[in-house]
Amino acid sequence: MSLGNHHLAWGAIAVTLAGFVWFAEAELSGFGRTVVGFAGIYAMLAVSLSFSNGLTGLFSLGHPAFMLVGGYVSAILTFPASRKGFMLPALPEWLADVEWPLFPATLAGALAATVVALVAGFPVLRLRGHYLAVATLGLIIILRVVVNNADGLTRGALGLNGIPRHTDLWWVLGWLAVTLLVCWRLKHSSVGRSLMAVRENEMAAACMGVNRARARLAAFALGAFFAGAAGALWAHLLTNLTPGSFGIMLAFMLVVMVVIGGSGSLVGAALAAIVITLAAEFLRPLEQALAVYGLVPILVAVLLIATLLLRPHGFFGSAEPRFLRPAAAPSPGAGDLPQPEAQENPR
Amino acid sequence: MTGGYILQQLVSGLVLGSVYALIAVGFSMIYGIVRLINFAHGDVLMVGAFAAFGVLTVLNLPLWAALVAVLAVGAVLAMVIDLVAFRPQRSAPQVNGFITSLGVSILLQNLGVLLLTGQPRPFNLPDWLRANIDVLGARMTVLEAVTVCLTVVILLALVALVRGTRMGVAMRAAAENPMAAQLMGIRLNRAIATAFATGGALAAIAGVLWAGRAGQIDPLMGLVPGLKAFVAAVIGGVGSLAGAVMGGYVLGLAEVLFVGLLPPEYGAYRDAFVFGLLILILLVLPNGLLGRAAEERA
Repeated sequence: MSLGNHHLAWGAIAVTLAGFVWFAEAELSGFGRTVVGFAGIYAMLAVSLSFSNGLTGLFSLGHPAFMLVGGYVSAILTFPASRKGFMLPALPEWLADVEWPLFPATLAGALAATVVALVAGFPVLRLRGHYLAVATLGLIIILRVVVNNADGLTRGALGLNGIPRHTDLWWVLGWLAVTLLVCWRLKHSSVGRSLMAVRENEMAAACMGVNRARARLAAFALGAFFAGAAGALWAHLLTNLTPGSFGIMLAFMLVVMVVIGGSGSLVGAALAAIVITLAAEFLRPLEQALAVYGLVPILVAVLLIATLLLRPHGFFGSAEPRFLRPAAAPSPGAGDLPQPEAQENPR
Repeated sequence: MTGGYILQQLVSGLVLGSVYALIAVGFSMIYGIVRLINFAHGDVLMVGAFAAFGVLTVLNLPLWAALVAVLAVGAVLAMVIDLVAFRPQRSAPQVNGFITSLGVSILLQNLGVLLLTGQPRPFNLPDWLRANIDVLGARMTVLEAVTVCLTVVILLALVALVRGTRMGVAMRAAAENPMAAQLMGIRLNRAIATAFATGGALAAIAGVLWAGRAGQIDPLMGLVPGLKAFVAAVIGGVGSLAGAVMGGYVLGLAEVLFVGLLPPEYGAYRDAFVFGLLILILLVLPNGLLGRAAEERA
């Protein structure tokens, strides 16, 4: 495989981001790094949501629920063992002594979120889109109630604080890259094609041999995996977790990012996530100075409605920017190299 | 556990179910005609409660004026939402309408926070509504008795509207087959606007009843009743009005009995129970009690 222009473009993006992270780690204040970290985590969430919702035509609002699972599972695993005894008295013996590093804890959180998605998704995914939306909202509420009441394991509504700040921007960048890579490769594979086929015409897809329920469940679970990982990174960036943070407002923000970026467009979702997170962060001081609380959500809601009315497919539709895609196969005689004559596609 | 205790629980369930039925029936009506899950329905309820607060507490007007104002505010707000947000995208995929309604919901909630602050305010109906009475051996407040009776009256009026008027026929036709209805000379947008207005007015009234029970109002109060009305509508079969009413009562009774009959430490799991019930219903009875199976065509 030769290097195409799109490889160069991706390489340039990777180098730029890595350079930026290096700069941010060295120069930015703790608060600045947290803001950048959040932008990256939101990008990761929006990319995975754009994959699981945009490609399948499903409409899940469950990302905050999976983040909650990933966040709490990972935080319980990394929490300093010396403080677990009095903070989290109900932990079983085998959990009370462990003190894992970030990566395995993130992975465990992501897997736990995947399991929740499989269990909850199995009944609901057989139904049409809007049922899923409300059932996943229900999932948010169910998990919040459970976390609020299991205070021996989670400290309940008080929130779990004093989580070690393990997440640095390199972890965020790494996970964002993995999310983007996995979703991108799947989107442009036969798996992605079958998901899009289900989205465009369920019955036709089923007739072509796509197992609808399995395809959707797989996409849903993959989205949940990355949401769980994002929740773990979030917990170790902010160093505290409260069940209230993972609510409908968060689900709404993610939906806005996906809709504005273009449902199904991974790069679009990432860009929208970064722009919206940073813009909201810049507007927040204004909101406080003028004491107009609620201004940011109002602007976001207006932006969403305006996008749906004026540009319903978002900025990129379900496509990716052209310069990041492999160039179309050159037509015979167009390139410098001699083209093989009318060769059959081997697949 | 005595018979009196169980009777008391049943009465509470009936009252709660009445409120759910009022919200769910409007929700289901809108779904039936435009196939839209209107997430902002609960926020119309919130605005209705604030309208009643404004008329009763700020303007100091009598209760009947508040009721008229609430009905008008709910109907007009729902029609405006339809006109501005939903009508321009009738031909868009269903999910766009849902996302739009989510946006409208967040917009209304945060406008409420911006203009009225997020602090809960005490919401007091006139004293005579809060007096206790005995009905068949169960104690209830006048408000609770009024809730049950008012719901029955409103639902009967709704049946009369849907079955007996030309607009009702038009609405049912539009729900059955919008294209054919339009070809028969029915003004689709007018029928849809009527459905929104009716649903909005019912939600606003339900908001007053809900706020009267809770004793306080805040801009985010619409979320939980809105979601529960959706659950009620799913239990009954989304799109079926009789189903929505039945689902409202089933959900109200189930919720109250769950809290009342289990040991108190489970009481905190009330909302989790409601949504667990939703997932269960979707699993075993995806079309609800009275809903029709959705046809699937290539």
